[in-house]
Amino acid sequence: MPQITFTDSQGNSRTVEGDIGATVMETAIKNNVPEIEAECGGACSCATCHVYVDEDWREKVGGPSPMEEDMLDFGYDVRPNSRLSCQIKITADLDGLKVATPDRQA
Amino acid sequence: MTDVIKTDVMIVGAGPVGLFAVFELGLLDIKAHLVDILDKIGGQCAELYPEKPIYDIPGLPKISAQGLVDNLMEQIKPFSPQFHLNEMVEKVERIGDPLFRVTTNAGQVFECKVLVIAAGGGSFQPKRPPIPGIEVYEAKSVHYAVRQMEQFRGKRILVAGGGDSALDWTLNLAPLASHLTLLHRRQDFRAAPDSVNKMMTLVGEGKIDLVLGQVTSLEGQDGQVSAAIVKRTDGSIFNIACDAILPFFGLTMKLGPVADWGIAMRDELIPVDTGTFETNVPGIFAIGDINTYPGKLKLILSGFHEGALMAQKAHRYVYPDKRLTFQYTTSSTSLQKKLGVD
Repeated sequence: MPQITFTDSQGNSRTVEGDIGATVMETAIKNNVPEIEAECGGACSCATCHVYVDEDWREKVGGPSPMEEDMLDFGYDVRPNSRLSCQIKITADLDGLKVATPDRQA
Repeated sequence: MTDVIKTDVMIVGAGPVGLFAVFELGLLDIKAHLVDILDKIGGQCAELYPEKPIYDIPGLPKISAQGLVDNLMEQIKPFSPQFHLNEMVEKVERIGDPLFRVTTNAGQVFECKVLVIAAGGGSFQPKRPPIPGIEVYEAKSVHYAVRQMEQFRGKRILVAGGGDSALDWTLNLAPLASHLTLLHRRQDFRAAPDSVNKMMTLVGEGKIDLVLGQVTSLEGQDGQVSAAIVKRTDGSIFNIACDAILPFFGLTMKLGPVADWGIAMRDELIPVDTGTFETNVPGIFAIGDINTYPGKLKLILSGFHEGALMAQKAHRYVYPDKRLTFQYTTSSTSLQKKLGVD
């Protein structure tokens, strides 16, 4: 199974296994990863699963859709590598993906 | 102090279910006042998805959410319901058997025999932007709504956001402000293109500033903001001096004060009796998405049914001495008279 590493705002990292087809947000919630709230449950209608995609992974993960960009307006400290983790689907290609979480969600 | 408004029934929430309740109550000669925190009638249908089609309203194969609200307004017109928009019911006190004193956040006091909670997912409230320490400035110099434009005359205003509210208030307040800055995260706006064009014209004429970036923190004291610390997309930091900040980051639904009205609640929902849709407090009913019972479906059509049954029981409180005879609108001349169609 693809491995995903989450690094929190304090610099602590944890690596968890994700199912292919699941989202990065679902994987975080299932594994009690801190700093991901996912208030709306994955409908792309809040901005509380905001993550920063590691620079090395940005190209593979791709950028946000226009709808996701709209929601990111509500995020905190949004950066060029910001994504909503509910909109990132795990594929075999994303094995080893690294994301970081902001110190607060919207 | 405004005068107390006396009415048979108060309905909290002017969404489709609250509106149809007016109809069912009206057929039984019961008058209603409705309170809603939104500035418009129709609840989620009007606020969240007015253009979206609904396919599961019985007898209407396809109707837009706003179309449904418009139809309901036409349907309840004969009963002349009174609306109190931009207001939220804050306090409910039981003062009789049953008689309630209901107070809104605008200070309006109502006395009603029956209270119907049709508040859906709760009240829409502005989203607080994730700026550390913003709470201390709220109400004094950070505002999530504009109640009186005059309050902003001659001030240095910072408007944050990229949706319709942010753009509308930028355009409205620009002539009043001593200086106005619109701050948005990116070049693209969610607001109507026409507003964006008007705003860009003001920027071109040098009348307002448009800054791309995000507020990271605020400076000020005793609740009076003096500057916003802003981070640009390239990471550079700078200050925007301002006397008032208006963040428009959308709306979120919160249960709100309902939980403080002394009604039994379960997981932020109100359990009801399915024969009457009454809560554990006699005289207080809950219909639509806010109630719960075995088999509950959060459908508009379920809320309509709940309103019809609620009205039957409400009749007993409003007219304790009158016997209620069941009638059909198709055949009853007395009902048709009430509807003004005879």
